[in-house]
Amino acid sequence: MFVRRIARCIIAVAMWPIFHKFGSPPWLYAISGAILRWMLPVTLILLVIGAVWGLMFSPADFRQGNSYRIMYIHVPAAVVALAGYYVMALAGAINLIWRMKMADVAMKAAAPVGAAFTFLALFSGAVWGKPTWGAWWVWDARVTSMLILLFLYLGVVALYEAFDNKEAAGKACAVLSLVGMVNIPIIYKSVDWWYSLHQPASIKLTGESTIDPSMLYPLLLMIAAFYALFTCCLLLNMRVELLRRESRTHWVGSLAKRECSDVL
Amino acid sequence: MSGDPASSPLLASQSLCLIRGGRELFRELSFEVYAGQLWQIEGLNGAGKTSLIRILCGLSRFGFEGEVVCNSPLLYLGHQPAVKALLTPRENLSWHVSGDGLHSNTQIESALARVGLSGYEDVPCHTLSAGQHRRVNLARLFLSEAALWLLDEPFAAIDKEGVDELQTLLTAHVKAGGAVVMTSHQALQVNCDVRFLNLGAGVAA
Amino acid sequence: MSAPGTLQFCIRLLRRQLLLAVRRPIEISNPLVFFAMVVALFPLGLGPALENLAGFAAGTLWIIALLSNLLTSDAVFRSDFEDGSLEQLLLSPQPLYLSVLAYIGAHWLMTGLLLALASPVFALLLNLPGQALGTLVMSLLLGTAVLSLLGGIGAALTVGLKRGGMLTSLLILPLYMPVLIFGSAAVQGAVSGIPAGPYLAILAAMLCLAIALAPLAIAAGLRISIDA
Repeated sequence: MFVRRIARCIIAVAMWPIFHKFGSPPWLYAISGAILRWMLPVTLILLVIGAVWGLMFSPADFRQGNSYRIMYIHVPAAVVALAGYYVMALAGAINLIWRMKMADVAMKAAAPVGAAFTFLALFSGAVWGKPTWGAWWVWDARVTSMLILLFLYLGVVALYEAFDNKEAAGKACAVLSLVGMVNIPIIYKSVDWWYSLHQPASIKLTGESTIDPSMLYPLLLMIAAFYALFTCCLLLNMRVELLRRESRTHWVGSLAKRECSDVL
Repeated sequence: MSGDPASSPLLASQSLCLIRGGRELFRELSFEVYAGQLWQIEGLNGAGKTSLIRILCGLSRFGFEGEVVCNSPLLYLGHQPAVKALLTPRENLSWHVSGDGLHSNTQIESALARVGLSGYEDVPCHTLSAGQHRRVNLARLFLSEAALWLLDEPFAAIDKEGVDELQTLLTAHVKAGGAVVMTSHQALQVNCDVRFLNLGAGVAA
Repeated sequence: MSAPGTLQFCIRLLRRQLLLAVRRPIEISNPLVFFAMVVALFPLGLGPALENLAGFAAGTLWIIALLSNLLTSDAVFRSDFEDGSLEQLLLSPQPLYLSVLAYIGAHWLMTGLLLALASPVFALLLNLPGQALGTLVMSLLLGTAVLSLLGGIGAALTVGLKRGGMLTSLLILPLYMPVLIFGSAAVQGAVSGIPAGPYLAILAAMLCLAIALAPLAIAAGLRISIDA
């Protein structure tokens, strides 16, 4: 309670103008629209360049041949899926501490997006596993960790939907995602440990630690592209959520009127 | 906690505003409860009486605007009696989760006698009626040392004698320098001033 | 009349919870009966060959313990929520952190502790080698305490919802996984002659972390649920 008071005071003094603006739905809607206007094309360009470079021009792996190219989807998706959870938990924490409604919107919007990226990572991992390991699903440490991450995301989504009072839902999910954030490193470490206990020698992913620059650069580009893609998805989802929550307000009403007249 | 008790309110609310489901229940609700006052919150069903009591006692912490300052230990009795069916009335009171004191056996017996439950001290509560559960809960009023009482529909499911007894208790508490904020639909018959807070009109009178 | 000290209050809460359980003893025996029944499912599903069962015993026993803990976790705060006791607990001047620990402690004493003490009997049913019995009991003692704390988080977040049971499982099962990994690894290690000390130490470390942090999350969850 006391810590929260102090924190709120500091925020009130130092960052009031910024927070005040972030707390305003029309402002957030407008600024996210402006960001998306240049972010969407940039994301698209990055994705196309990264994909063409990685899938067509980078050299084939000497052991895995061409199948390793799934890495250009798999690795960025996994990286962003994990980062997404931290974005969600951070937004939840901001909502709990400073009671910022827009952080709640961000958290609510991040959960399904993060879950989708996690699913993409798992799916691409399975597709990659078939030619590499000979099975669609192998209980590899990373695969297992990603699966648990997906469960954590789905838990947040399920909890949010279970509450009728959406303000309570946001706070409950914030607590849950913070608990998950504390647990993710523990889960990752323990799954690593578990895997090294059980790992048969035949299943080993080679060529990961020593990656050639000709493969690394397109990978880095794809990771950047996926981060941008995540941001775009998050912002778009946030805008939908904003419109839904504010549907009875004046600014959404006039916005709808303007959009309709544009279409007509 | 500090300051002159005559001048500082036990409970102060500043511009409370509550919106539920797009409907504004009350706004700019500011009032101060001083020692020796009895406040009755009035309003139709759905006017926000229970919500207001829960905001005042601190159970509601979000979903409203404004601020509540409470300068006194408080006793809150809500709709649910907080009585465990598997425990006896004596155990329910002596081991109450609110932790509001260590009561001797004689204190508990006299409190239960005051609410008309003498002879029932050691029977399991699941054999008692709903009204008797509420009476076990009301016995806490006789045990509590809190100056500020927040009571949500204290007369519900209580028979006529019980209501009279309770009104006497409220008067005595207010006269002794306590304060009561309560919701009720019926007119109080007490020997002290009653201040009304009408939620329909949204004004303190 | 005097205000009770914090420690005194927590002990009182703990005694109250235990008394409530003792008055309805079937709630204490139910997890044990559940444990026994699920143990009986495994030979039916996997075949009765003793050497097969011994291979699976460590993991099986741990998974069953986890499930019976999970099924009881949901109810920790539910009856108190329904009869209004939880509101009174939240308004109490006593620190909620410690009150919550008392609730969870009572839950552990009635489920985890009893399961751990009874587990050697079930272990023999599944032909777990005798040298692993001590480790099994120790790992369950430590591990179920962590499970009770984590389960309390799920219970607190869902206590206000009409049908929380399934949801609670979805929320906390992912959090249970590290405990399962180290708990069953400890027993498996003891079976194959590896010292189990390090695993138990990690479980103990998890328990310390859970005692430090989980009550905060549970308290926050209860405050949110009571307000929903």
